Amino acid sequence: MSLTMDVKSEVIAQFRQVAEEQNKQLAPLTDDLPLFDTGLDSLCFAIVVVRLEIALGVDPFNSAEGARFPVTFGDFIGFYENASQ
Amino acid sequence: MHRNNPASLWSLIVANPQPCSRLIVGEGGNATWVELAARTVFDCNFDELGGSSIVLAAADQLAAAAALIQLDGLARRIVLYPPDLPREHLGYVAKTAEADLILTDDETLAVDGVRVECVARCAPGSMQHAVDRGSGVETEWILLTSGTTGLPKLVVHTLATLTGAIGRGVQSSSAVWSTFYDIRRYGGLQIFLRAVLGGTTLVLKSAKESIGEFLTRAGEVGITHILGTPSHWRSMLMSDAARRIAPEYVRLSGEISDQAILNQLRGLYPNAKLVHAFASTEAGVVFEVKDGLMGFPAEIVGNIPNVETKLEGGTLRVRSSRIAFRYLGADSPSLKDENGFVDTGDAIEDRDGRCYFVGRRDGTINIGGLKVHPEEVEAVINRHPDVRVSLVRMKKNPIMGGLVIADVVLKTQPQAAGEGTRTLQKEILQFCRGELAQHKVPAAINFVTALTVSESGKLIRHA
Repeated sequence: MSLTMDVKSEVIAQFRQVAEEQNKQLAPLTDDLPLFDTGLDSLCFAIVVVRLEIALGVDPFNSAEGARFPVTFGDFIGFYENASQ
Repeated sequence: MHRNNPASLWSLIVANPQPCSRLIVGEGGNATWVELAARTVFDCNFDELGGSSIVLAAADQLAAAAALIQLDGLARRIVLYPPDLPREHLGYVAKTAEADLILTDDETLAVDGVRVECVARCAPGSMQHAVDRGSGVETEWILLTSGTTGLPKLVVHTLATLTGAIGRGVQSSSAVWSTFYDIRRYGGLQIFLRAVLGGTTLVLKSAKESIGEFLTRAGEVGITHILGTPSHWRSMLMSDAARRIAPEYVRLSGEISDQAILNQLRGLYPNAKLVHAFASTEAGVVFEVKDGLMGFPAEIVGNIPNVETKLEGGTLRVRSSRIAFRYLGADSPSLKDENGFVDTGDAIEDRDGRCYFVGRRDGTINIGGLKVHPEEVEAVINRHPDVRVSLVRMKKNPIMGGLVIADVVLKTQPQAAGEGTRTLQKEILQFCRGELAQHKVPAAINFVTALTVSESGKLIRHA
């Protein structure tokens, strides 16, 4: 499996697990879907970010000073893929 | 304001009526300040409320705002019960506040031994007969904050202490205020009172709205001044809607602002005044920092107008006319020391003339403005049959500022990370969710082989 696939599948797995734990209805995850239309709220995103740091060993938000935060699901994946390279 | 002749919120509005300024909460929730002061939202006999102790537990912010305006100066005591606080504490809060009744908009609500009355929903035109007001009293305003035992602490203020940091006539009357906070929390209440005193329009988020819907509406109204915690702002930055408002004044409080969030906001709103304030429910508004940098200049300490501050034992102590009086309840700790200073509990480090917040001296974690005591969470995790010991700590997070993380040592070491590990993590979290308020449940469980213990046998905690 390529690195890119790895990151993407881990992100999707975490979105699903956190949605389940927080009783949120997860929308179909397409690249152009705005993050706040995924069904997750900001607490869910915060949890996803922490768990991804444990799973992938990176927190791209932490080094994002000045950079734009991701807005769509595709941005979010790209954000982690860039940081994992 | 003269202590022996207190002006009530109601009398302030009546003395300075601004016919166009209004409170707007969500879609369709809308009334002018004059309307809110002129009529009653109470279904019960309004005369009965004079001199009583009242817990205000309405979900709807417009109804709560109307009730605050009408009860201040009339009721002996008003408890502001935030809608996000679990309802199971209502009985304890009512008893501690010696409440005569609970005012709510939840018709199903019942609490043992306390009378419950409904406030009318504040839809336009729904408000009834005019208010007949007797002579004024200085009402106690009770704000709730999280305590070490899991029960909320009841903090006593008055309108005078709450408005001590609000200058009269300083802001232009064309200002339109807004906040992400609920007005039952100290930060939101400050903005509510600023708007009432200044006679300006205030736009609030309704519980039903998403952050995007709220910002769209706030942008349409043309808000100029807005307050949020760093966590509110971080989640807003992840929404397209951030560009739908164009504020002149952006304020942060409730949590420590770091440089990243200040830079992000500076980039997004280059022409706005960017201010981060240090305030707490107990200590009131202490100071503001306007240079766009995290921390604060060391020379601020001891040089704030109308507020005395000092560093003692590594934490910031505050004395001013804005601090709360005391905690309610017979067994409550004292809120001030013998000299009248409040210990904020915030540890400060001076690095070359600039002071930085380095965490809470008692290890309390601040999650989006709500307190978490690590020991309370550890006690729950340690009851799980597979757990030997745990350490709960804060982990910095770009969206929430910080989250609760648990490092857990198991009785039997798990095999290398796999499905078994995932299942056990889920199980421990499930266990926590059954026992703890949502903001106290760890965001992640991190299995470790050992924790560091000091010579005195205590877990070593790092800030």
